[in-house]
Amino acid sequence: MNVLLFLIPVALFLGGLGLAAFLWSLKSGQYEDLEGAANRILIDDDDDPPSDR
Amino acid sequence: MGEIALKNLENLTEPLSRDVGGDCCAGGALALAGVTSPEADFSAFVSADPTAFVETDQDGNAMLHLLVENMHCANCIKNIEQSLKSNPAVIDARLNFSSRRLFLRWHSGAADVRNLVRPVIALGYPLTPYNPELMKTASAEENTKLLKALAVAGFAAANVMLLSVSVWAGIFSEDMGPATRDFLHWISALIALPAVAYAGQPFFRSAYGALHAGRVNMDVPISLAVLLAAGMSLAETIQGGEYVYFDASVTLLFFLLIGRYLDKAARSTARSAAERLLLLKAVAATIIKPDGTRQTVPVEAVTPGSRVQIMVGDRLPVDGVVASGRSELDVSLITGESLPTAVERGDLVFAGTLNLNSPLEITAMKTGDNTLLGDIVRLMEAAEQGRAKYVRLADRIAGFYAPAVHTLAAATFIGWWIFGGSWQIALLQAVAVLIITCPCALGLAVPVVQVVASGRLLGKGILVKAADGLERLAEIDTIVFDKTGTLTEGRLDLVNGADISAEDLDLAARLARSSRHPLAMAVARAGNGSGASLDVEEFPGEGLKATLEGKEIRLGSRSWCAVSETNETKTGQGPELWLNVTGREPVQFLFRDHLRPGVRNAIASLLHQGFAVELLSGDRAGVVEELAAAAGIDNWRAGQKPKDKVDRLKELVERGRKVLMVGDGLNDAPALAAAHVSISPATAADISQTAADFVFQGRDLSAVTEAIKVAKFSRRLVLQNFSLAFLYNVIAIPLAVAGMVTPLLAAVAMSASSLIVCLNSLRLRIARERARS
Repeated sequence: MNVLLFLIPVALFLGGLGLAAFLWSLKSGQYEDLEGAANRILIDDDDDPPSDR
Repeated sequence: MGEIALKNLENLTEPLSRDVGGDCCAGGALALAGVTSPEADFSAFVSADPTAFVETDQDGNAMLHLLVENMHCANCIKNIEQSLKSNPAVIDARLNFSSRRLFLRWHSGAADVRNLVRPVIALGYPLTPYNPELMKTASAEENTKLLKALAVAGFAAANVMLLSVSVWAGIFSEDMGPATRDFLHWISALIALPAVAYAGQPFFRSAYGALHAGRVNMDVPISLAVLLAAGMSLAETIQGGEYVYFDASVTLLFFLLIGRYLDKAARSTARSAAERLLLLKAVAATIIKPDGTRQTVPVEAVTPGSRVQIMVGDRLPVDGVVASGRSELDVSLITGESLPTAVERGDLVFAGTLNLNSPLEITAMKTGDNTLLGDIVRLMEAAEQGRAKYVRLADRIAGFYAPAVHTLAAATFIGWWIFGGSWQIALLQAVAVLIITCPCALGLAVPVVQVVASGRLLGKGILVKAADGLERLAEIDTIVFDKTGTLTEGRLDLVNGADISAEDLDLAARLARSSRHPLAMAVARAGNGSGASLDVEEFPGEGLKATLEGKEIRLGSRSWCAVSETNETKTGQGPELWLNVTGREPVQFLFRDHLRPGVRNAIASLLHQGFAVELLSGDRAGVVEELAAAAGIDNWRAGQKPKDKVDRLKELVERGRKVLMVGDGLNDAPALAAAHVSISPATAADISQTAADFVFQGRDLSAVTEAIKVAKFSRRLVLQNFSLAFLYNVIAIPLAVAGMVTPLLAAVAMSASSLIVCLNSLRLRIARERARS
């Protein structure tokens, strides 16, 4: 059962990582405009037009 | 797919084609279809005094927050952002598509805000400035808190379940030592207890609030079950016991938080729909000081007796008497009448009406809340209070569920104490009963159905504004309609266009183009008013006059065009216009407000379903009678003032009826608030949309039947969900009382009941897909 001493911390760490990532994404406002993000992907923005070369 | 709207380049104030119902839009075409007049929108924007909303950031750049209307798709985002960014003064333009808000930052001084946003408004997107501080609602913060709690509960539930599964496996295989088991229990406790303390707060607070007020809500048994499960498990862990319920307490919280979050999300979309109204109050008025100078002041600063100048296209900020000038006012906001009234010196005018054709000076008599508009708003608020008493189905069930469960747990405790001997075992069994009866599925039963139903209605262009609107809609037995703008489109159209020669029609349209009178606008829509613009004079209440090729042309009332009363007996119920060109026979134009498409079918289907249908209108009896006949409604009343409508609704309520009110005008707003449930079209006055529980887009009245259908289906699903939850309780409670519930059984049973409830709710979605294919 010694393996538990590794596995439980590993499981908790991974879970905690997911939790932290979610809380970070929430804080950085990534859920504020869900529809907008879905639509923006359709915009063909030539931020760096090839003609500039 | 809808047809694509074309931009009328000849005349920017009039969009050409409309009725675009498809899913796709090309370059803002849809926006154009929904727009009435970019120029009017621009003057509305200017009159909202945008400079007052401009803020300065730490770098000295100007910032402005705006609400955007008419957005539909990615193209709209692109159009708006790019047209703004093409201006060199703009630093940043960012659109939030979900909340329909635009953030704009530019080099202050480099550009005037009005010129900056003008291209966007010209594209067909009306803008309204707002103050972000005022818009920051508590609900958004609450949503974030719930999401965080949900994340923590999810994390804890997953990890504790991981450990619990090992413990259960150990119990079955009987090769796990007590030391390992206790170790796993301790780790579970370390994860679960902080998680419960954090994620359980929304429930604990609500339960405490309810108990404090001497009531019991669903959160009381939830909080009790979670707290007791965690506390008892901790005690068991300390004593090295076999049964702990940490997994149950956190998964319970996880499921319940999902339900709570869905519920809150539904409510906050409803609220954001109403937010716009707070911003659209007239903010500024121009007063004329005794020395003749003009000054723009906030509406609140206007005192009775002061002179107020009303420009063309302005809404009147106060009630008053016309001091000088002559014009026509659009009074539809107050009376629901589609035709404007002519006013001149000495006439009473009311706040909220729109000045159509020439500048007026009025002497203010009543301001602020004392205006007729204020009275209507008060009437509405009073009516709304009655509806706030409505108790939601889930709360009604909680009213008897919670005491029943608590009594059962107490009985279990006493029973086990007497027959089982030790009070510790008795307590254990009582807590098991509380855990197993925790209304997890009940907490999900309503929100999940609500979310699915709202989604389905939104797909049909119906916005559910009140969270409990669907519940109330499912209970109705009587439907009351308003006339103008509800059964009809609220827009006058030329009916005898075929009898008029194209030449006359075009000439009339050319004349009419310059006017904002509804009849003139109808003529302009019907004809092709191209050609050099004429020098048109407008005489309020009479008509238009212009000279072309040496001939005088008049468009206006019968007397304005000098047509004798006996001439052309063809008269309809609707209003008329005459075109008189010197030396030619006068031409008559007849107008009528059209029924919305689908009215007859919708009414027939409602009558068929056994609803009592009634028509209340502020219009004249003749017009209402004709329209009622056309729509197939036998029961109608004409000449109803806002108060009469509310009284009629009250009378119906006293007879035990549950009334659905469908209306659009400001004059309907109190009635909308007084009814059991209400629907208004998206073209309605803002205040009516705020008062209504549902808002439907598009012209077709079948939205009403669709909403009722979905509401009934939802109610059936909610009741089924409750039955499923009770069925689960009927099976689980005897086991719990008998002391046969293990943590494994509790976890499986609770999760299963929650899942079944969710799956059952999704049937509403499946029904939609089937209807589509």
